[in-house]
Formats: sequence, C-alpha cells, structure tokens
Amino acid sequence: MTATQNRLTIYSLFLPEEGNFMQKWNSMQFDQILQYTLSGLSTGAIYALIGIGFSIIYNSTGIINFAQGEFVMLGGMLTLFFTGLLKLPLWAAIPCAVLSSTVVGLLFERLAIRPLRQPTPINLVIITIGGSILIRGLSMLLWGKDTHALQPFSGEEPIFIGGATILPQHLWILGITMIIIAANKYFFYHTISGKAMRACAYNRRAAGLVGIDVRRMILFSFIISSAMGAVAGIIVAPLTMTAYDVGIMLGLKGFCAAIIGGMSSGMATVIGGLLLGVLESLGAGMISSGYKDAIAFIILLIILFVRPQGLFGKAESERV
Amino acid sequence: MKKELIKFIVFAALLLCAPLLFAGGYLMNVLVFVGINTMLAIALNLLLGYAGQISLGHAGFFGLGAYLSGIFTTTFGFNPWLAIPVAAIVVGILAALIGFPILRLKGHYLAMATLGMGIIIFIVFNETINYTGGPSGLSGIPPLSVGNIVFDSDIKNYYLVWSVTLIIVIFSLNLANSRIGRALRALHDSEVAARVMGVNTRLLKVQIFALSAMISSIAGSLYAHTMTFISPASFGFNFSVELLTMVVIGGLGSVYGSFLGAALLTLLPEFLRAAHDYDIIIYGALLMLMVMYMPGGLVRGIPELFMKLIKARKGPWNA
Repeated sequence: MTATQNRLTIYSLFLPEEGNFMQKWNSMQFDQILQYTLSGLSTGAIYALIGIGFSIIYNSTGIINFAQGEFVMLGGMLTLFFTGLLKLPLWAAIPCAVLSSTVVGLLFERLAIRPLRQPTPINLVIITIGGSILIRGLSMLLWGKDTHALQPFSGEEPIFIGGATILPQHLWILGITMIIIAANKYFFYHTISGKAMRACAYNRRAAGLVGIDVRRMILFSFIISSAMGAVAGIIVAPLTMTAYDVGIMLGLKGFCAAIIGGMSSGMATVIGGLLLGVLESLGAGMISSGYKDAIAFIILLIILFVRPQGLFGKAESERV
Repeated sequence: MKKELIKFIVFAALLLCAPLLFAGGYLMNVLVFVGINTMLAIALNLLLGYAGQISLGHAGFFGLGAYLSGIFTTTFGFNPWLAIPVAAIVVGILAALIGFPILRLKGHYLAMATLGMGIIIFIVFNETINYTGGPSGLSGIPPLSVGNIVFDSDIKNYYLVWSVTLIIVIFSLNLANSRIGRALRALHDSEVAARVMGVNTRLLKVQIFALSAMISSIAGSLYAHTMTFISPASFGFNFSVELLTMVVIGGLGSVYGSFLGAALLTLLPEFLRAAHDYDIIIYGALLMLMVMYMPGGLVRGIPELFMKLIKARKGPWNA
C-alpha cells in the first residue's frame, strides 16, 4: 500500500459520512492526535530506558553496546520462560528475569569486552554486534521463533482520557520508568559507587589515579544497563509482544533516544525517548504505518548530521 | 610487484578451473554467490580495511543496485547491460550525497548512522510496492546475454560473475598500491596526520564511500540478473552484518582476505545444512572469536599461527 492509500484508509476509518465534514474531522482529529501522543509517550518511555542503558555504558567505557537491545529481548523472553515453563507467578518471574539478564550482561563484559586485546572502536563495534547475534541466536535455539504475548500486569480494562483510551499497562510503563530514572539519579549522585562511575565518565585515567577500580566500574555499568534493558523489555512485552528478534529494533530506537539526548544518562535522554516515541507514533498514524521505523532513523540521521552533540547541547547534558 | 602478479594469476587460474571439479553440481550455484559476495566484501573492505570507515548499511547499496537494475529492465525495458552501469552511477551519486554529511561522523556514530541509512533503504524496498513489489519481491528480471549466449545456467553465470569479480580484484589491488591507496592507509592510521600531509581527507572519504557503493551496486545488479528474482529480505541489516563478518574474518585491508571471508561464510552454511536456522549463532561466535584472538583475520592469522607452531617445535616458547 502506498503512503496516500494508507492515509486514505486511516481517514476513512473515522469519516463515516459526508455531513458537517470539517467539524467532525476536527474533533476526531484531535482525539486521534491525543491517542497517538499517549501511546507514543509509553513507547517513548521504553526507548528512554534503553537509551539510558546505552549512555551509561558509553560514558564509562566509550563503547556503544550494540547488544543492548538483546537485554531488552532477554527481559521479555525470560519472564515468559519463568511464568510459562516454570509456572512462577508474575511478581516472582520478573525479578528472576531481570537477574538472569543481568548475569548475561556480566558474562558478556567479562568474557568478550574485557579480554579484547585491541579495543579500537571498530573492534568494539564488531564484538558487540557479534555478542548480540550470539545472544539472539541462542535465544532462538532455546525458545524458538514464535512471537509471544506476556500477560498484562493488571488487567486489560481500557481507561478513557478525553477522547482517547489507554491501557493499564501504559500506566505501568510510565510509572516504572519514572521510578527507575529517579533511582538512577539517586545512585549516580548520592552513592559512592555512583559517584565513582561518574568520575570514570569524566576521566578514566584520573579516576584510576585517585584509587577508583575502573574495571569494576565498567563491569557495574554493564550490570546496570543490562538490568535496565531487561526491565524495559518486561514492561513493554504485554503491549507489543515479544520474540527472539525484537531486540534489534528496540535497541536501535533506544540508541536514537540516547543520541537525541546527547548520550546523557539523565533527563535529556528521557526527553529524547519521549520525543522519539511521540513523533514515531504520530508519524505512523498520520503518514504511514509502514514507514514507522523509518521515521525514527530519519530523525537519528538528521540529529547526527545537524547536532551530533544531541538536541540539548553539551552544556545541558550530564554525562554519567 | 611481480609477486603480486603471480599471486593474481594463480588465483585466477584456480577460479577458472574450479568448474572442472564442480560443474553441474549444486555447488556451482553456491560458487556464483561466492563471487558476488567476494565483490561485496572487497567493496566494504576498501572502505573499512583501507580507509578505516565502518559501514553497517552496505546491504542497502547492494539492494539498490539489484532493485534499480530490476526496475530498469522490467518496468522501463532497459537492456540489462545498460541498466547495470546506470544503476551503479545512480547509487554512486546517492552515496556521495549521503557520504558528505555521514562521513563527518566517526567510530560508533558512523556505524549507527550507516546502519540507520541501511534500514531506511530496506524499509523503502518494502513500502514502494508499485515499483519493487514490496515484501513479496520483484520477479521476471531478464538475464544478461551476449549475442546468442544467454547467461541462464549456473556455469555461465559462474564465468560471468567471476570475470567481473576478477576485474574488481585487479582494480582494487591497483588502487591499494597507488597514491590513493597510500592516502587511504594514512587516513586509516590518523586522519589529522593524513590531512597534514596534504590529503583532502573529507573528499577522499566520500570518494571511497561512493566507489564502494558502486561496486556493491554492480554486485547487486549481477545478483538480480543471475537470480532473476529479488526480495527485500536479502538486503536487510543481517546481510550488512554478514558482509562485515566476511571482511573481518578474511582480514581487514586485504583483497584476498575478502575472498577468503566471502568463501568461508558462503560455503559454511552449505556444509551446515542441518543447522540451517542456527548458522547465525556460528556467525556471532566466529565474529567474536576472530576479533578476540585473530584480529588480523584469516589471511594474516593462519600464517602467524603456522609460524608459532614452527617456533614452538623448535624450543620452549616461554624462554
């Protein structure tokens, strides 16, 4: 279907008759925009969480972890595994899934990143891509290629806001994202480990000189970001379904969010994620759903070309 | 130089004789793909191995070549021989236009930007259904022909594809040993130093990017005309990664290394038929192990390993 055809079908969905065309069109359009914005915000929150994961590793190691998306996938798939096969209740399966994904993140750092003899940027890109392929392949081997839905955390009764509806799961996503971001902030500004990690982000050598174990901080950054990725994957799974290969796209979108936020691990990336989510959702609804993913990457390219330091510039981004 | 020539002649002779061994078999068809993948790996190697600029979107250029060739011949009735250069020129211009902004980026950012570019191209293949046929693909692409000879069988395609590949091998070897090749290596080692020595790095990067895209496009066109059917699935992100794997496994900055990488990665799945779906795990593991333990690729790693073995035999190594 071409873009125009697609737009026409979408319009015709809420244009049942010809009478008082403009009036109906305007109010319908407003509701529609509200709907797209609301659902965009919740996907945007997911992108923000993934993006922060990217930034944490990037700032402490200078690595763009191409395997970040795989932890998102692992979060969703492991929760399914624990609830489905091991019959654990959801509240128990979620921490287990986060923990297992974190262990994978830890192993990845210890077995692949740390032993690297020539850590040039290209080698690091290649090794994290290799890691992501390996994790994805093993998940396919373990759980097959099917797409699965995770049960929503609390029912599927839609909630009406103005002319739009949202699901309880959207609220879960927004709430959990906010809690994680607040916890993150607390960790990086009010604990010794967090402060040490920030020191590594500013200057690794100087941090080493004042007695910070830089390698340990790098390991920490992998642990934190794989845990955050897993949480993102778990809270989004009831909405978007999950499969062994969802990590690629989610990871890339998270990276877009981080780029928009200038690789900060604070609010800038959150805003970047929300912006991306809303633009993508509006674009998919108003222009063409087929080009939904393209929109995110066009935004990514434009930002990389015009403002590689992120939308909010260097001065405002906190590099953690 | 003489050594290079001998190496090339041996390489070409082996390739020309290969059909004597495998003619008629299924392997012939696979060897056609080895040729196409060798072209692609060389194209990416010029960019990554020589100039040190990563691209995770080369499957996009490969696909553009294939689709442009396919659309020119099926929809607009071009002669295939005309469609291939026209497609290559269009892709080259497009790559140069993208290259100017994109190649200002470095390292991870460049990787992500090229990846984004590749995915956008992939989405366009899927969505412009009127031209490309969308996800179900484009069929009925005419094969190439010379006079009465139509390139429609594996053996004919083998010679067709490998002649083009050999031309590209010679071209790349010459390029690597030329003034431009030295400028590229200077750029690889230090962009600032290269600029200080008078290399216009900005332009050079765009030129090599466009050249690499054009070679990929030619490979794409040949793919389209030998397969006569194409679909977007062949040109996705996974294939970009596969190309990267070929270059890294073969050896960065080595034309023959690209051939080794392409041959290994194209033949491997054929030998792993049983594990067909799981070949991706092997790619991932190979990619990681190569970067960790053989960063120079097969083309340097194997002789190195050999030397080590000889040394180990001569005496205790930890002396």
